[in-house]
Amino acid sequence: MSAIAFPTPDAGILARREQILAGLSALVSPGALITSDDERRPYETDALTAYRRMPLAVVLPSTTEEVAAVLRYCGDQGVPVIPRGSGTSLSGGAIPQEDAVVIGVSKMSRILEIDYANRVARVQAGVTNLAVTGAVSAEGFFYAPDPSSQLACSIGGNIGMNSGGAHCLKYGVTTNNVLGVKMVMLDGSIVEIGGGHLDSPGYDLLGLMNGSEGQLGIITEATVRILRSAEGARPVLFGFPTSEQAGAAVAAIIGAGIIPVAMEFMDKPAIEICEAFAKAGYPMDCGALLIIEVEGSDDEMDAQLARIVAIAREHGVTTVKESKSAMEAAAIWKGRKSAFGATGRIADYICMDGTIPTGQLPYVLKRMDEIVKGYGLRVANVFHAGDGNLHPLILYNCNDPVEAQKAEDAGMDILKLCVEVGGCLTGEHGVGIEKRDLMTFQFNPEDLAQQMRVRAVFDERWLLNPAKVFPLEGRVAA
Amino acid sequence: MTIHTPTTEAQACAVVKSVIGSATPLSIRGGGTRAGLGRPAQAASTISSAGLSGITLYEPAEMVIAARAGTPLALVQETLADRGQMLPFEPMDHRALFGSEGEPTIGAIAACNISGPRRVNAGAARDSLIGVRLINGRGEMIKSGGRVMKNVTGLDLVKLVSGSHGTLGFLTEVTFRVLPKPAAIATLQWRGLSDVQGVALLSQALGSPFEPMAAAHLPAGLAGDEALTLLRLENFPDSIEYRAGELALLLGEYGVPDRLEGEHSAGLWRDVRDATFFAGTNEAVWRLSLKPTDGPKAATAIGRMLPGARWFYDWGGGLVWLAMPVDGDAAAVRTALKPLGGHATLVRAPDAVRAAVDVFQPLAEPLMRVTAGIKKSFDPDGIFEPGRMYAGI
Ligand SMILES: Cc1cc2nc3c(=O)[nH]c(=O)nc-3n(C[C@H](O)[C@H](O)[C@H](O)COP(=O)(O)OP(=O)(O)OC[C@H]3O[C@@H](n4cnc5c(N)ncnc54)[C@H](O)[C@@H]3O)c2cc1C
Repeated sequence: MSAIAFPTPDAGILARREQILAGLSALVSPGALITSDDERRPYETDALTAYRRMPLAVVLPSTTEEVAAVLRYCGDQGVPVIPRGSGTSLSGGAIPQEDAVVIGVSKMSRILEIDYANRVARVQAGVTNLAVTGAVSAEGFFYAPDPSSQLACSIGGNIGMNSGGAHCLKYGVTTNNVLGVKMVMLDGSIVEIGGGHLDSPGYDLLGLMNGSEGQLGIITEATVRILRSAEGARPVLFGFPTSEQAGAAVAAIIGAGIIPVAMEFMDKPAIEICEAFAKAGYPMDCGALLIIEVEGSDDEMDAQLARIVAIAREHGVTTVKESKSAMEAAAIWKGRKSAFGATGRIADYICMDGTIPTGQLPYVLKRMDEIVKGYGLRVANVFHAGDGNLHPLILYNCNDPVEAQKAEDAGMDILKLCVEVGGCLTGEHGVGIEKRDLMTFQFNPEDLAQQMRVRAVFDERWLLNPAKVFPLEGRVAA
Repeated sequence: MTIHTPTTEAQACAVVKSVIGSATPLSIRGGGTRAGLGRPAQAASTISSAGLSGITLYEPAEMVIAARAGTPLALVQETLADRGQMLPFEPMDHRALFGSEGEPTIGAIAACNISGPRRVNAGAARDSLIGVRLINGRGEMIKSGGRVMKNVTGLDLVKLVSGSHGTLGFLTEVTFRVLPKPAAIATLQWRGLSDVQGVALLSQALGSPFEPMAAAHLPAGLAGDEALTLLRLENFPDSIEYRAGELALLLGEYGVPDRLEGEHSAGLWRDVRDATFFAGTNEAVWRLSLKPTDGPKAATAIGRMLPGARWFYDWGGGLVWLAMPVDGDAAAVRTALKPLGGHATLVRAPDAVRAAVDVFQPLAEPLMRVTAGIKKSFDPDGIFEPGRMYAGI
């Protein structure tokens, strides 16, 4: 695939590589600077593996001060910088370019402080998402946003992408769960925004950082909200004959005043793929599956489930299957959370990420099917049903360039469809390079120029993650 | 003093364009009930949202509502209530505190990020605000966010605008995520606890699996002679029953709680939400946001420096509402916060006082520079609400 353009590397920077490497090595401890081809290669791409570029160098600092020194140096030298967490971005947000230095926070992976009385944890940006929950789970607490990649992805990357997960219906996405960051600006100054308290004085710069995709600064620490887990949680499988019925049941559940912790949707192709992988006991004779999770004491869960089951029956549910043990519950979630990996075992795929008003679900599912069939390809759908966040997985063969191009084109058509019905280009994976050139589809020139002027306040020269989010043409400085 | 009352976005754009370059800044008016927030701003003319009213989209099954900025908040709330829904963040009404009149508008809720007791659990107005349309200081119509819950595509300008007090532009339409109204509500009330005990109780409750939706402590003398420590439960009736029992057990060391329902419960929370304990006095009123367990530390430190100061706690202790003699030393508040972190906002004081002291917490130099840059990026000529937040911003 070659459809997405990268900026032409700055020949002057490439020519100065040796000098730049020497400058960097004077700033960081030995071992933090990676220059050899072999060691740089893992940083060529992220989870959007169809695109890759070898960076000029990779720096893995251990302290905020080192990040500051490197960033100031790159700023002074006019060298582009690619902030990187764990490199699991699906939109190419962490893919470098030849004239750029990757600054990765993966060595900064300490939990700094846990404060149960105030329900916050302060962590370094390279800590993995799951490690935060791991550090507080013995006391019965958890960190709410739970991307399927939570074993690998970092808190810094989660903030960069404003990541979500299956349980965000009740608990919100990253931006609703981060109370503060420590960050380094391009000129090397270190600032703290927010902290253990709620709401910010002045403009909501913390809100701006969430989803900023590495364009405004490098986050080195975060203060996140930790929550007390419910007494119990139970995922239940609901099989419906058709997607329409499943969609209508979701709307009716919400309409009845019930907000389950999670409502996940899978269509038939997705059910088959995930069941083959996880053996979770998903019903195979249905057209669509909802995984609905309820929380609380046993009695509370029984009561809430009874309400949900009654509604599901009104919408033609054919199978209701409760998890009877922690193991069954884990298997149900394993199937869902490994949807991407399981798909990867049977075909190459691109994972799309758009949002739609949930009322448009039946129409969008039908249109997506038509779009993908129109390209002669197949699609499997997993989807956060409560909030309208779609993840169509378009299956193709990556060794066939024509098919690869078709898959990418189908994906773009689907994203345009999302915008047409009143949704957005991304729910949680970010714009990155993948959706960059579609931004003009969702926003008009004034909207985009306003965003770019805000961006320029932090980075007038477009050095921070420069090839991302905004179309390469027509960029606006201050 | 000119008042512009555009009835369309196009007219509003024209108003803004007409003042660009002419050094006649605009103040922005919704219902006027919160005009006392921020520093007193100087503006020769006013642009009002009164002509931009009405709900533009309401999809109960999608839990989303959009309305023009001048729509009365009450209309939004009634429309939601008719379908058993509500705004998640329980916005404060400033009329009691300010002694102001008029109808609060939905636009101001977004512009000033107005939340209430539910904020501690369900997030602030900014967390539920999912889309905005506004006119920037270049007279351009800008949109950000959307009508879907996950809406951050590109930079999240919605968050920047929320809490900008009109300094970045004139909002014309706002979109909020909504929630079902709870089937039942009950309040648990403990009596006679000290500030430190009260906040410890609230922390323990908020750190329990029983999900209090609001948590406040009222020292003695505010709502009667005894201190009151309050937890509000919202749920299906059977769950409330169960959770009230579990909380009483968990918090047994603090005594047996009273159980309040109906208007008694609702009235108390309205007083907490609107800080009505400080209504009708001429005290200066501050809001301190800090780590909950630091709440009592800050309050007692201030109490030592300023005899006569009164206060109460919302958000589990993390929000301290503080009233002090108007000629008291404002610096004392910031001094008390310094070792603790957090921030303080002067909410109510005569114009002369709000012009003389920092109303919002002063920012570190690099953040102040960013703040000025953001203001300029939206409003290069400084048209909107000049000086409302900081000098020149
Ligand atoms: C199998 C799989 C499943 C996934 N499931 C989900 C899911 O359920 N929900 C979801 O939301 N996402 C999901 N993702 C996408 C991805 O995991 C998230 O976007 C994640 O937050 C990226 O984190 P990371 O640490 O890998 O960041 P990276 O990929 O390294 O970077 C992501 C972006 O953040 C920026 N960035 C990284 N660190 C910093 C920092 N310290 N300071 C400033 N900017 C920084 C980067 O420049 C880049 O723009 C999935 C990915 C995979 C591969």
